[in-house]
Amino acid sequence: MMSEPVLKVEGLRKSFTVNRRTVHALNGVSLVLHRGETLGIIGESGSGKSTLGRIAVGLDTPTAGELHIEGMRIDTLPPPVRREKQRQCQMIFQDPYSSLNPRLTVGRQIGEGLFARGERDWPVIKTTVADLLERVGLKREFAKRYPHEFSGGQRQRIAVARALAPSPQIVVADEPVSALDVSIQAQILDLLADLKKDGNLSYLFISHDMAVVARLCDRIAVMHRGRIVECGPVRAVIENPQHPYTRNLLDAVPRFGRRRTGQKPVPVHLPQHGDDDTFVTVAEGHTVLQAAGGF
Amino acid sequence: MSIPYLSVRDLSVSFVTGTGNFYAIDGISFDLARGEILALVGESGSGKSMTSLSIMKLLPAVAQMSGRIQIEGQDISAFGRRQMQDVRGAKIGMIFQEPMTSLNPVLTIARQMTEGLVRHNGVSRREALATSYTWLEDVGIPEPDRVLAQYPHQLSGGMRQRIMIAAALALRPGILIADEPTTALDVTVQSQVLDLLVDLKSRSGSGILLITHDIGVVAETADRVAVMRGGRIVETGTVDEVLRSPQHDYTKALLASHLTVDKGLKQREAEFERARP
Ligand SMILES: Nc1ncnc2c1ncn2[C@@H]1O[C@H](COP(=O)(O)OP(=O)(O)OP(=O)(O)O)[C@@H](O)[C@H]1O
Ligand SMILES: Nc1ncnc2c1ncn2[C@@H]1O[C@H](COP(=O)(O)OP(=O)(O)OP(=O)(O)O)[C@@H](O)[C@H]1O
Ligand SMILES: [Mg+2]
Ligand SMILES: [Mg+2]
Repeated sequence: MMSEPVLKVEGLRKSFTVNRRTVHALNGVSLVLHRGETLGIIGESGSGKSTLGRIAVGLDTPTAGELHIEGMRIDTLPPPVRREKQRQCQMIFQDPYSSLNPRLTVGRQIGEGLFARGERDWPVIKTTVADLLERVGLKREFAKRYPHEFSGGQRQRIAVARALAPSPQIVVADEPVSALDVSIQAQILDLLADLKKDGNLSYLFISHDMAVVARLCDRIAVMHRGRIVECGPVRAVIENPQHPYTRNLLDAVPRFGRRRTGQKPVPVHLPQHGDDDTFVTVAEGHTVLQAAGGF
Repeated sequence: MSIPYLSVRDLSVSFVTGTGNFYAIDGISFDLARGEILALVGESGSGKSMTSLSIMKLLPAVAQMSGRIQIEGQDISAFGRRQMQDVRGAKIGMIFQEPMTSLNPVLTIARQMTEGLVRHNGVSRREALATSYTWLEDVGIPEPDRVLAQYPHQLSGGMRQRIMIAAALALRPGILIADEPTTALDVTVQSQVLDLLVDLKSRSGSGILLITHDIGVVAETADRVAVMRGGRIVETGTVDEVLRSPQHDYTKALLASHLTVDKGLKQREAEFERARP
């Protein structure tokens, strides 16, 4: 079923220096996104998910490792070709408020993506912007408004419309539905699923919401402390989680019939992974990172 | 129950638009008691954030507000800027929906976290720093000293959100308004943060207005629920009442469309089957 890889990263590392201290955001991440596939990235807050997404769309450069888009290693391409390749990767940012320009109407900001794609006919741009707004469940005339005139969830939908405008091949969606109520969330998820029906669009879908991931993703990768600790088909990972961190995550999903006491949770022991740790295959396509000394 | 900690009566907020007045909130009333978590749920754009901004007196200047808001029996509508500054943070804490709107991009986290503590609790900067450190640990930040030295843009989305939460909780406010406080957090950290809210309510007796779209979170955490739609509260009741036997059609629809992991898996697989040639 799996077609060719559209996005591939290998041995990706990224570190930041803060006050002469080094923060390792990514400690060697390798993954493949196939054409038409939705790969979910879940995991610890601060584990490097957004950093990975930013590198994938060319907003940041890795400290080490390789990024390939449609079979071409990005850092070896001449700049114009590289820009063209990276225009095919769009990002829906985690924080819509800081990613939208407060001084431009939302119509203008969505329209810019169409312009970048080569569209020069203004009436066409205007109609397409209105169509996009409608597809994300907003009114056509909202194009004239500024970002601060919307609610949090409405702004998030504008960010979705803006990312989709240039008809990208790869969309990195960083928590695209986290601030949405269930009905709008369902609508956006249906839209994202619908857009990839023709099999060309692929998503790297970063989310904390396990139900949303289950709804949309073909495979998931679980991140912890800058590493992928488990990866596999969505049902396999959810029903048969292998890594202790994955089990922790699944157990913490909020549910009916459980009440909080306010008690501090018992700390759980999680393996400290090193660069020598290797992936073990537990089932077809389902792998887990094994600490050198076992769990 | 004596006087409610927070009482909101006939609150309306409107905006002048090209086609007349638009009511973002259309006459809502509710009470929040001490030691209670009231969840405010409802449609996107139904007026949840406007409700919290009204209580904080932080509505945009173009918004028109009417109605009465009382804190411990005191009407705050007459409060001036200075008076509100004393109320904000110490009496009413707020965790905003979008962290970047409330964090100052050019100040370190240490500066931003200690400011409130020094101002409201009259402690020294050193004490405030130590308190901030412990609160960052409590919200699950792995290296608090590193984070204290950083600027907001150097942190992940979930770290920023936790900093806002830690800063708000550190002041032990009597009322806490938490607007989608855990949307950027992974579920294990979310669980830790929700436990802190429950702890604030039970140990400090604070009243918490929890705005969330996650019914699972409501079920685990809230005592009462108010359901909003189109600027109105369409249903209120205890968690059990509302979740077990919803009365309003919108509440029923809201509960029916709640996505669980199991439902999600099935929905995707059904879609996949349909698409197969
Ligand atoms: N400055 C403004 N001018 C006109 N309308 C506005 C303005 N600010 C907000 N609104 C409108 O007020 C309504 C209520 O917004 P509010 O932010 O309270 O929604 P919400 O319930 O918090 O939604 P969400 O769940 O998406 O955050 C929305 O329909 C929004 O478009
Ligand atoms: N510009 C920067 N300078 C310094 N450190 C940074 C910078 N950007 C990110 N980091 C650090 O890198 C780590 C990973 O951040 P990232 O935003 O990728 O996490 P994330 O997995 O997306 O988390 P979340 O779920 O909370 O959004 C964090 O420890 C963060 O503080
Ligand atoms: Mg992130
Ligand atoms: Mg809101």
